[in-house]
Amino acid sequence: MKKEREEDFENNLTGEEDNHQEENSKRSWFKRRKKGILTSTADKKETPEGLWNKCPNCNHITTTKELKEELFVCVKCNYHHRIGSEEYYEIIFDNSEYTELFDNIRSIDFLHFTDLKPYQKRLDEIHSKTDLKDSMRVAVGEINGEKMVVACMDFEFIGGSLGSVMGEKFSRAVDYCIEHKLPYLVISKSGGARMMESAFSLMQLAKTSGKLSQLSDAKLPYISMLTDPTFGGISASFGMLGDLNIAEPGALIGFAGPRVIKETIKKDLPEGFQRSEFLLEHGFLDFIVDRKQLKDKLHQLILLFRN
Amino acid sequence: MPQYPNRQFLDFEQPIKTLYEEIEKLKQTAEKSKIDMSDSIQKLQDAIVEKRKEITDNLTPWQRVQLSRHPDRPYTLKYIEKIFTNFVELHGDRNVRDDKAMIGGFAQLNGETVMVIGQQKGINTKARQLRNFGMANPEGYRKALRLMRLAEKFNKPVITFVDTPGAYPGLEAEERGQGEAIARNIYEMVRLKVPVIIVVIGEGASGGALGIGVGDKTLMMENTWYTVISPESCSSILWRSWDKKEIAAEQLRLTAKDMHGFGLVDEIVPEPIGGAHWDYDEASAILKSCIERNLTELKELDAQKRVEMRIDKYCKMGHWEELMADASMAV
Repeated sequence: MKKEREEDFENNLTGEEDNHQEENSKRSWFKRRKKGILTSTADKKETPEGLWNKCPNCNHITTTKELKEELFVCVKCNYHHRIGSEEYYEIIFDNSEYTELFDNIRSIDFLHFTDLKPYQKRLDEIHSKTDLKDSMRVAVGEINGEKMVVACMDFEFIGGSLGSVMGEKFSRAVDYCIEHKLPYLVISKSGGARMMESAFSLMQLAKTSGKLSQLSDAKLPYISMLTDPTFGGISASFGMLGDLNIAEPGALIGFAGPRVIKETIKKDLPEGFQRSEFLLEHGFLDFIVDRKQLKDKLHQLILLFRN
Repeated sequence: MPQYPNRQFLDFEQPIKTLYEEIEKLKQTAEKSKIDMSDSIQKLQDAIVEKRKEITDNLTPWQRVQLSRHPDRPYTLKYIEKIFTNFVELHGDRNVRDDKAMIGGFAQLNGETVMVIGQQKGINTKARQLRNFGMANPEGYRKALRLMRLAEKFNKPVITFVDTPGAYPGLEAEERGQGEAIARNIYEMVRLKVPVIIVVIGEGASGGALGIGVGDKTLMMENTWYTVISPESCSSILWRSWDKKEIAAEQLRLTAKDMHGFGLVDEIVPEPIGGAHWDYDEASAILKSCIERNLTELKELDAQKRVEMRIDKYCKMGHWEELMADASMAV
């Protein structure tokens, strides 16, 4: 199961579709063939009873509706399923109400980058398949009555990769925070920099860090929340630069991916390596927060920073 | 600098090796027959220079990557020796240990004290291991940061030399926070109050490079590469095969010319004909004059202005499309 998850992780990074569909469908009809939440929220409300979901960690079977009521956390083993920005916004904002900002910014294939398929084609395909416009959305809303700007990544959009659009949205979100004197939360879930934008994506590390410097000068709190998975350019920039760095339980977080490390050191990696609990133990996180406590915890922090 | 026959030749440099061999033959013949062959030898030597030029003029991006890794290429300590005086190497991050892949210390540039920092590769097998192939651990980045803060405290400019295939992807590196170390450096370099000049002298791989690579001016030597991932790793991830590195190198647009064209680096530093490995003195002299000129310009600005311009520079990097603002854009 772990191996399958790793493979799936890499598929998502490169924006590849699962190509073992047929195989899998024969193996089990409980198996989720696609990770993440692909259906739009509107559709989700009409989810018919009888659509099942199996926990990747403990194999506990539940209905999607029940899982949603549990905020996509397994009731049996507390496994935090990967969810997208829409789900996070619904969880943390009062009455699930928020205003999305800067959603008119789109990626372009400036370099005409082509690997197994052209970058532009990848973008077009995701745009036609999902409601997502890029790998990060920015929203402003209230958390128990306290206003906050929340940027959140969507892993299903080319592995939540950091490109020019994420850099620009991040920057504008910082400007918005400074202008309106609001705290800033970034929920990361990403494989790292977007290779199809080459050095432009690398430079987003410097760009976002520069903006955080301005946010810091304005004395506004910045909370970085890391979720499963967060790697590469994200952890080597704003992901690790929070006034507070927090994470969901069991999230895989690191600079280099587990496979690369394993190939480099030619040894098996210890159990729990690069998980949230490992990072907490090594001093890189302030605390780990369960999804069900997230909203109240954020509210508490906002008050602690302000009063 | 190694001289023939101790020189190493890459595949595409083989025609130069052939010319050297011809010269050797002529020399031997001249010795034996006591005939003056100096004209012919001179012609061949001119041909070598011609060939060096011809080869570097027509390099593919992948060959440019290979040249940046040329075993005879000068590394950070060599440039420090040739460009600066009074270098005092400083060690350690004051926490874990001294990282040999990252070096730094005070030095003087025409009598003025500066802080020099850079990744260091080894010049032979043993040294390569000692230097971990120029792949720093978190303590390397933290040593670099300590030195940058030291420079800031005493108002000395910072000059960094980037030459790394990437930050080390090891188990202990993760335990000690490789991501955090690089992130912290990027963040602090963005707001460093002294002038910061970056020189890419070899490989500029991703976060490992940017961890000492944020500054007022980024200079890229002619035969170097700088991008988000090495062509090999890019090939392995996007093409699912290690064999597409040549194509990856093309697609990534990682050469100095591309990077300068994109406005992501400020200047290309010309190298001696055929590459820096043909003449360390000339390579260093050209680089020295570029550093001097940029430093003079940067020193004229006040610290706050410099930091503002630095942040502005990075904020302009990126390409996106902006659709007509819709209702949700009511900011």
